[in-house]
Amino acid sequence: MSEMPGELRYSSNHEWARANDDGSVTIGITDHAQDQLGDLVYVEVPEQGHEVAADEACAVVESVKAASDVYAPIAGTVIAVNEALADKPEAVNQDAYGEGWLMKLKPSSSDALSGLMDADAYQEFVESE
Amino acid sequence: MGKKTPLYETHQAMGAKLVDFAGWDMPVHYGSQIEEHHTVRRDAGMFDVSHMTVVDLVGSEARSFLRHLLANNVDKLQEKGKALYTCMLNEQGGVIDDLIVYFLEESWFRLVVNSATRARDLDWIAGQARAFGVDVIEQPHLAMIAIQGPKARDKVLPLLDEANRQAAADLKPFYGEEHGDWFVARTGYTGEDGFEIMLPEDQAVGFWNAMKDNGVQPCGLGCRDTLRLEAGMNLYGSDMDESVSPLVSGLNWTVGWSPQERDFIGRAALERQRDAGPKEKFVGLVLEDKGVLRNHQKVMVEGAADGEITSGGFSPTLGCSIALARVPAQTGERCQVEVRGRLLAARVVKPSFVRNGKAQVELS
Repeated sequence: MSEMPGELRYSSNHEWARANDDGSVTIGITDHAQDQLGDLVYVEVPEQGHEVAADEACAVVESVKAASDVYAPIAGTVIAVNEALADKPEAVNQDAYGEGWLMKLKPSSSDALSGLMDADAYQEFVESE
Repeated sequence: MGKKTPLYETHQAMGAKLVDFAGWDMPVHYGSQIEEHHTVRRDAGMFDVSHMTVVDLVGSEARSFLRHLLANNVDKLQEKGKALYTCMLNEQGGVIDDLIVYFLEESWFRLVVNSATRARDLDWIAGQARAFGVDVIEQPHLAMIAIQGPKARDKVLPLLDEANRQAAADLKPFYGEEHGDWFVARTGYTGEDGFEIMLPEDQAVGFWNAMKDNGVQPCGLGCRDTLRLEAGMNLYGSDMDESVSPLVSGLNWTVGWSPQERDFIGRAALERQRDAGPKEKFVGLVLEDKGVLRNHQKVMVEGAADGEITSGGFSPTLGCSIALARVPAQTGERCQVEVRGRLLAARVVKPSFVRNGKAQVELS
């Protein structure tokens, strides 16, 4: 059973978003997504300062099996990326919601997360897929 | 629902992730494909390969039939138990399948062929066998387990009965021997030492569990693929198929050209291709930039037509991406590969990247 922390919001593309106290939003892929992908061997994150639109393909995660796009769950400006993943892509497998974060965005709008699912809705979504 | 090997429920109980493989429900990994890969390179891992097709050829003309059927020369098998890797070609020189043939008795040879090509193979073999009066007998009730890695022999030998243990301990590489209903061969598909064991299906679970208890790691077909890629071993359906010949698939060494008078199926077409000089060659690639090489990516060589990656992936042992590729014959030491819209630099190498746990290529 995949982990789905209650304080996060989720997209139908299997990304998670965490609202931080400073107004920024941290983005990653869900535990379910990493489990489906298998061992990750390469992660490509965007440049800092890059403006992403909602649902834009903004990062790539490559597993032993295949390459997959990561879609921005919300619109915003990239203010930080997880550089450590260049040498340790497996952090996404081991700790998808912690050390395996991908990027931090400054959201374009203040209610950016309102369109995303909560943990219960995401759980149902995964089961229905 | 796919076909199930005798070990299906054992895989489930051991937490395997099961996927469809040529119509069979097979384990792709038991948690981490990369950990399993490393275990085979450093210790010992086991693979359920019961989906593979075992075919016995029985009859006094079995050897002359194989002289005709196979591109490699079965007359290289003079000692009982010896194995030979070979392609089986169509008249155009295209590869119907690659397989291993074991010489058991003058009137009994055993083939192990791919499961994905089972129906086509059996049909072709049976059709060709008629003229030789050879019986083609599939052995669907044999399970098959490959145990591979530097410690595979030490961990398996104590678990065999006395006759098989003695025989297995003395086996030279690429030989097999049958005792009781068990056939033990010192072969594999990983670039490591080890055994491939065929045994009655009702004994597979007990043997598998005994090996698990003796420290052999269950491994899925996921790492079997990365291990064989590192070893530079071809995968049928990816690296070659009926549309290409062994000469452009890195398998020239498996063609038994001499004696000249052995008229195997596909010989005339292969000779024409050889004499004209193949326009393509089969090479290994080591990616120098960051990224991952994948099947079907375009290989670009200056002043020549495009080539194609036939098997690409990440090499856990080397820590970079590697590939097998079919490229223009004039390709030199470097090329570029189109990876997700970008051109990445790759080095061209002899297609053997890792053998017996050791890197065979220099890393930058």
